[in-house]
Amino acid sequence: MKSTFSVYRFDPKVDKKPRYQEYEVDAEPTDKILDCLNKIRWEQDPTLAYRYSCAHGICGSDALMINGRIELACQKLLRDFKTGNNFVIEPLPLFEVIKDLIVDLEPFFEKYRQVQPYLIAGRNESDKEFIQSSENQEFIEPALRCILCASCTAACPINRARPDYLGPAALLRAFRYIFDSRDSITDVRLKKMDNPDGVWGCKTMWWCTEVCPKEIPITKCLGQIKRALKQK
Amino acid sequence: MMGGIATDYEGRVIIDGKNTPFRGLYAAGECACVSVHGANRLGCNALLDTLVFGRRAGMQIKAFVQSVAHPKLPAKPAKSDAETIRILMKSSGKETSGNIRAELQESMMENVSVFRQKNSLTAALDKIMQLKTRYQNLAIQDKGNCFNRDLLDAIELGHLLDLAEVITRGALYREESRGAHSREDFPERDDVKFLAHTMIRYDEAKGVRIFTKPVAVTEFEPKERKY
Repeated sequence: MKSTFSVYRFDPKVDKKPRYQEYEVDAEPTDKILDCLNKIRWEQDPTLAYRYSCAHGICGSDALMINGRIELACQKLLRDFKTGNNFVIEPLPLFEVIKDLIVDLEPFFEKYRQVQPYLIAGRNESDKEFIQSSENQEFIEPALRCILCASCTAACPINRARPDYLGPAALLRAFRYIFDSRDSITDVRLKKMDNPDGVWGCKTMWWCTEVCPKEIPITKCLGQIKRALKQK
Repeated sequence: MMGGIATDYEGRVIIDGKNTPFRGLYAAGECACVSVHGANRLGCNALLDTLVFGRRAGMQIKAFVQSVAHPKLPAKPAKSDAETIRILMKSSGKETSGNIRAELQESMMENVSVFRQKNSLTAALDKIMQLKTRYQNLAIQDKGNCFNRDLLDAIELGHLLDLAEVITRGALYREESRGAHSREDFPERDDVKFLAHTMIRYDEAKGVRIFTKPVAVTEFEPKERKY
């Protein structure tokens, strides 16, 4: 089956502005979008730049705009799209394009680091297990599925208006530690959330939840942080 | 691939059959082969390789870096890598990474897959050597230095070719069937000749060399799998 891919191309060293390049790919309806990008790069044009690593929805490096929707290129098959055999592939919105489909995720990870994305147990290592109840584990479990693909943050309309807003991905990671019974700095973490660039930046628009390729109820998790702040 | 960078149980990379460590070099996890349970890539070994031996390697590294002074770097440490990249970028050859990799994958799938035999393995080795020659004629179409996937592909392809050679030579050497290695021409397990780890080293003067490391048999005697 012949499919047409219109791919966003931009090399800041050469191009004054972005352009779209068309490629024709012979592909099956069960091929992934990533398979087609690979076919383009391996068989037609090795200069096309995009990120990917595991190709199985675990590493979170190939989030792209596919036909105007944010998706992981490795999780979507051609037949998942109702647009005939025509596909438009663009980089994630919000972030600056480094080259072609590759965006600069440094600001994304900078915000991620701001929430101290690690357990601060506040106790010395000992030979005893640090027990967490299964209820507590289940409560934070959705957030553990996050692969940091940046889809949610790229989709969030608030992020576009408020550049300093932490954004859904970083807030989701904050949720994961605020509600982890083993963490010792819950109050410090909550205090950091209590401002317009923290969790109050979220206006419950659900775009993050809608695009999340791991189906994490991000908006609800952020709601739990808001509730905890109100109950304090 | 079964195996990896050979290490001891402290994550130190070893260079011979007597567990002599290569000073200051450590490996753990996916790339390494600590030979847990006597082999590598058995079910659940990956978990041990990361959690247990990753931690052990980390503790060793911490102790090591605290015990030695900062070594002097050679005058131009990046020189040889820079030269490799320069040659690749300048090449005006006709070959592309995509074609060579596709042919390599096809041959490895056909000849070095689950069931192997001397003929198929020899055919694969010939093919790999041809592809290595063609690799010298590789051209990089992307001449830029920003996210140059074309160049990255070429470098990775060079490593793939080396790995394919190592896997195939190891499979040719082991004239028996054991674990996941099934030789149709040697269907039986042969503990007399092959109760040993296959070790492979490469250096420019001597090329690829195969030797063995004895298996440390402790409480559990290795037995043929009969189920």
